[in-house]
Amino acid sequence: MPHIVINGTPHQADEKTTVAAALMNLGITSRTSVSGQPRNPLCGMGICFECRVTIDGIAYQRGCQVEVREGMEVSTDAI
Amino acid sequence: MTSDVLILGGGIVGAACARAFLKQGLKVTIIERELIGGGATAAGMGHIVVMDDSEAQFALTKRSRDLWDQLVPELPSSVEFERRGTLWVAADQQEFNAVSPKLSYYNSRHVSAQLLSAQTLYDAEPHLREGFAGGFLVPDDSVIYAPCAAAWLAQGANIIQADVKTIDDGKVTLAIGEQHKAANLIIASGHYVTQLFSTIPVKPRKGHLAITDRYPGQVRHQLIELGYLKSAHGDSTESVAFNVQPRKTGQLLIGSSRQFGADHSAVEPHMISKMLARAAQYLPNILNMSIIRTWTGFRAATTDKLPLVGRYRNADRTWLATGHEGLGITTAMATAELLTHLIAKTKAPIDPTPYLPERFPQCRT
Repeated sequence: MPHIVINGTPHQADEKTTVAAALMNLGITSRTSVSGQPRNPLCGMGICFECRVTIDGIAYQRGCQVEVREGMEVSTDAI
Repeated sequence: MTSDVLILGGGIVGAACARAFLKQGLKVTIIERELIGGGATAAGMGHIVVMDDSEAQFALTKRSRDLWDQLVPELPSSVEFERRGTLWVAADQQEFNAVSPKLSYYNSRHVSAQLLSAQTLYDAEPHLREGFAGGFLVPDDSVIYAPCAAAWLAQGANIIQADVKTIDDGKVTLAIGEQHKAANLIIASGHYVTQLFSTIPVKPRKGHLAITDRYPGQVRHQLIELGYLKSAHGDSTESVAFNVQPRKTGQLLIGSSRQFGADHSAVEPHMISKMLARAAQYLPNILNMSIIRTWTGFRAATTDKLPLVGRYRNADRTWLATGHEGLGITTAMATAELLTHLIAKTKAPIDPTPYLPERFPQCRT
């Protein structure tokens, strides 16, 4: 099971899951809107952009399109 | 229907004219085929900038920036006014050598400006690629979200959404059959003016823009390469120049491109590629950013880079306000002011002569 770091805290994710799924399994909101609302994935297929997160320093990646990898760092700071 | 002033075109120029005549207590009607501020106005960057391409361009852009500044206390938040300052980046020593004369030019004409050494350039914009020679900062330049500015300026005018079928001095027939008359008719329809009067010397010059997702703090000023005027000036069919503007949202607007002879509005991937490659030469981080939208628009270009503001031929009631190319957002305010003075036959704060359409023979007889 891959070890990933979310917002600085270590977690374990299931094999072969997407970042969006890993976040949902852990009950972590993927982003906060400009007006401060919590947002979570809607479509799960790369269209709605609601799951965008920073992965290994690169902002606005769609969590539903990226599989978790050992040592991955995810941050839910996308606005 | 009868108005005092009938304006064809509800872009930023038509809207600024509407406000100027409404302020005189006149009845103003705008005829716009689409949405107020929906054409070239919405396609542009919204930069309010003093430019020194010619004495006449400097006078018009400076006067216009002053007029925008007077409006600032009234502007609604939707206009997103921000005074970021324009930072012209000198790519090499040759471009940097041109900064000193530019500085004296601006300062002697009472526009605040500063020369930036390489060190102060990187203090001001830490994300620029290394190796630039310096820069030229015009701190009082600003940026607005122009479609909302146009809608705000046009408030109080009677707005009719329709196409124009025929036009006679002071009389307009719409495609829907209605007739409109006015004491004065102002044509502010950008490059579409040639659909009404085919000989007017205005050509559409296509531009592309891209906007990124939100990356607050990456860019602080409105950044342009000092070589920009070479691109704007050149008559080559296709050119790009580095121009990046931060928006209030943290998004970056990335430009710019210029094309003559492109007659359709489709986004052309090879132009976007060229433009982004140019931008990445100045701001390498752009390569790691997401572009969320690209689009195009058509500037109304004249051969001498100055707009057409004034009477059309010897018609008593028909006035032109077009040909602003890439400076319509900046120069809309001074254009409107010039027209109010020309129509009232009073003295304008700047000399209207360089902008009069009669400088072109096609607009004289």
